[in-house]
Amino acid sequence: MNYIQLELTDLALAALLVLLNAGLSIALQLKLERQLVIATLRMIVQLLLVGLVLTTLFALVSPLWTGCAALAMVLFAGREIMARQERRLAGFWAYGVGTGCMLVAAGLVTIFALTTPVQPEPWYNPRYALPLLGMILGNTMTGISLGLHTLTSNLVRERVAVEARLTLGATRREAMLPVTKSALRSALMPIINAMAATGLVALPGMMTGQILAGVEPAEAVKYQILIMFLIAGGTGLGATAAVLAGGLRLSDQRHRLRLDRLAPLRD
Amino acid sequence: MSGSRMLAVERLRSPLLEPVSFELATGECLAVSGPSGSGKTVLLRALADLDPNRGDVRLDGQARDAMPAPAWRRKVTYLPAEAGWWAETVGGHFTDWSAAEPAMVALGLPAECRDWPISRLSTGERQRLALVRALVQKPRVLLLDEPTSGLDSAARTAVEAMISACLAAGAAALWITHDDAQARRLAGRRLTVERGRVSEAAL
Repeated sequence: MNYIQLELTDLALAALLVLLNAGLSIALQLKLERQLVIATLRMIVQLLLVGLVLTTLFALVSPLWTGCAALAMVLFAGREIMARQERRLAGFWAYGVGTGCMLVAAGLVTIFALTTPVQPEPWYNPRYALPLLGMILGNTMTGISLGLHTLTSNLVRERVAVEARLTLGATRREAMLPVTKSALRSALMPIINAMAATGLVALPGMMTGQILAGVEPAEAVKYQILIMFLIAGGTGLGATAAVLAGGLRLSDQRHRLRLDRLAPLRD
Repeated sequence: MSGSRMLAVERLRSPLLEPVSFELATGECLAVSGPSGSGKTVLLRALADLDPNRGDVRLDGQARDAMPAPAWRRKVTYLPAEAGWWAETVGGHFTDWSAAEPAMVALGLPAECRDWPISRLSTGERQRLALVRALVQKPRVLLLDEPTSGLDSAARTAVEAMISACLAAGAAALWITHDDAQARRLAGRRLTVERGRVSEAAL
């Protein structure tokens, strides 16, 4: 593989573009320059650290350290799911449901990818495991947060309709079915749209990266197709599990709707 | 007509309801009154097991906790003041439209309302439709939360007559009403609720 290495001066030159943005912000009094500088510095520091961590992990090829890194990624993504909920479950469940379902779904799909289609040596080789997990996690996270968000906000909005069915003797599954369906639909829409638009509207980041690194486009395309399948699997599994678990938590054995198990609304 | 005890409630309680015990006989209607926010709805919802609650509630000697909640609610049916709708049209809320039609007509609703969108209905029409929707399942005990509050006098008379017919056919009812004349017309006894405390009072 041959790819063009970047020098520090190349980066400095490109950084001029951000400075241009800052200049624009000052000239037009957008008051974005502070945020812009902070965001730029954060990006540099975070990426340098990740590069350092990945270099170390790739050198170690240790199942323990790779596992720790994977777990940390899942826990951060779990926090992100919680932050995106308008109506959260009360207590530990706010974090637990999304994170647990994501851990299982993304974990299963990543392990499947590493042991069946990709098969690096050893199977937990972090050079393959962590990027794969990262891509699956990012999309599963979006699916789960959309699913849970739609579930909780629609249950609040449709409370009277759901309870109307319960009072007439419907089970909680029957009464909540329309809400559960729309939650799953909104969880799966992004990945379906992404698959339909890939290649036409946008070249996927991973594929572009491989092409820049010298991989033949035909090979990069095969990898991208694999990734899309994995993402679709992870999103479907994770969102279904999270929506069903959320629905169970917001009802009880006596088929009552338990919106009291949502955390009070924040202002 | 009345006499045999049908619904037996013993120490029914919840965080918003102090322990209450009473009995309801076949064909009997119990008026429930009290200021707004006093817990009348809480009482009815607890009887239908819609909110977490404790206590021993039996229908014809059969314990509530011994049967699945959906089966209980088909027999002891709560009719909320604000009815809920889950389908686009009126007909979507009925599994057997032909069974519901006579009751619709008796309450002054046109038979062709089957295809009407719910959004088009007035408050009074919704209230009557919700009543029909509950009655077609032939519940034993009706828990009525101000079922005539949005109705004109003709519709109110029709609703009262229909529920009286159910009572005569062996049902029983708890009826939340602010209207003393209505309570005297329909009920034999009255429960008053104040700050979650239920007590029996004169009609």
